[in-house]
Amino acid sequence: MRRFFAFLCLAISVSLLCAASSSRWDRVPAKDHIRVNPLAAHPDSAAAGALAYREHCAQCHRADAMGDGHKKPALRSEHVKAATDGDLEWFLRQGDLAHGMPSWSSLPEAQRWQLVAYLRSIQ
Amino acid sequence: MARTSLKSIWISSSFILLGLAFLSALHAQEKPYFVTYSHDLEEPGNLEIETKTALGQPPASHRFGATASELEYGVRAWWTSELYLDGQATAQDSTIFTGFRLENRFRPLMREHAINPVLYIEYENISGADKTILEFVGHDSQSDLAVPNGEARRDHQHEAELKLILSSNLKAWNISENFISEKNLGHQPWEFGYALGAARPLRTLGSGKPCVLCLEKFMAGAEAYGGLGNTDSLTLHDTSHYIAPTVGWQLPFGRFSFSTGFGLTSSSLNRVYRIGWASELPQVGNWFHSHNGGAQ
Repeated sequence: MRRFFAFLCLAISVSLLCAASSSRWDRVPAKDHIRVNPLAAHPDSAAAGALAYREHCAQCHRADAMGDGHKKPALRSEHVKAATDGDLEWFLRQGDLAHGMPSWSSLPEAQRWQLVAYLRSIQ
Repeated sequence: MARTSLKSIWISSSFILLGLAFLSALHAQEKPYFVTYSHDLEEPGNLEIETKTALGQPPASHRFGATASELEYGVRAWWTSELYLDGQATAQDSTIFTGFRLENRFRPLMREHAINPVLYIEYENISGADKTILEFVGHDSQSDLAVPNGEARRDHQHEAELKLILSSNLKAWNISENFISEKNLGHQPWEFGYALGAARPLRTLGSGKPCVLCLEKFMAGAEAYGGLGNTDSLTLHDTSHYIAPTVGWQLPFGRFSFSTGFGLTSSSLNRVYRIGWASELPQVGNWFHSHNGGAQ
């Protein structure tokens, strides 16, 4: 019985460790992960993304993209910096409804890429 | 006395909502649909204030204008709750408050899919004089809209409405299909209806400069909606059907939309004009948490 509990504790600890070390981006499908922003070289992309950010994102993540320090995370972060363009576009499209992040699939894909360009520019 | 106070409440609340809508400063990223629902829900914590007005004239009757004033709150990213206050004015008749509706929409799937289902449940407490025509079900007909207010308001309806909303965002297009079932909570049969919508922005790429008249601020599309009979008479005979081109314009302080619905059957109105205005108050939930040092 004692061995069983020891094994159970070990299994839970390993699971928690794995969960803690895994990133949100691990869930991104490989085909999306490798996508590159097609508008990255476009000179107006970051400016257009900044406007879209102000209209749709700033109300939660704040104008300076530093979040509220609680449920609405900062977007100037190592976590965002570590994401690929494809990760960010995928996350904008999917959202995380269970944790309060709406899906922005209603925005045209081009505008999501502009938002990605803006997020890159503020890191 | 009761009639006068209800009427004044509706008129006052409509003006207050319109005022608030003009005061707010955020955009709502939604489709210019009047009858069809897409899978867009309100962002959590935001309060959208919206009015939808229908203008029409049944044959051999008087012109009417009916407004649904709507408060839409994002409870969660997957759950939106709404309150409607309805009223109408009919030429050479009267202006009356016609009732209220409570509506909830839920997204059961937390991911974005090719087709996204939304479950919709609504309770309506409205009178027979309601002319907001936010949906058509059963054998709803233009003749229902020609009954004088004094007579129609005596018919008081408690109704439950269920919708299955299926919606897809493909490229820049939104395509939505709604299947409607409505039940008068008295001993009435289930009534059925449908609404279909497709819309897209006129330009998908953001221009990078603040603008009011640039093409990405406009959406255009079309809706089709109508009744499908009821459990006693599941037929298209004597049902109303409409096709309605629609356009939406995103302004710095809200969203304006307009649609003309063309009746397709003899039970339909020849034309229904619809005008909508919507604006958002951002993160209303935080107003109540600010004293605790921020959003919780």
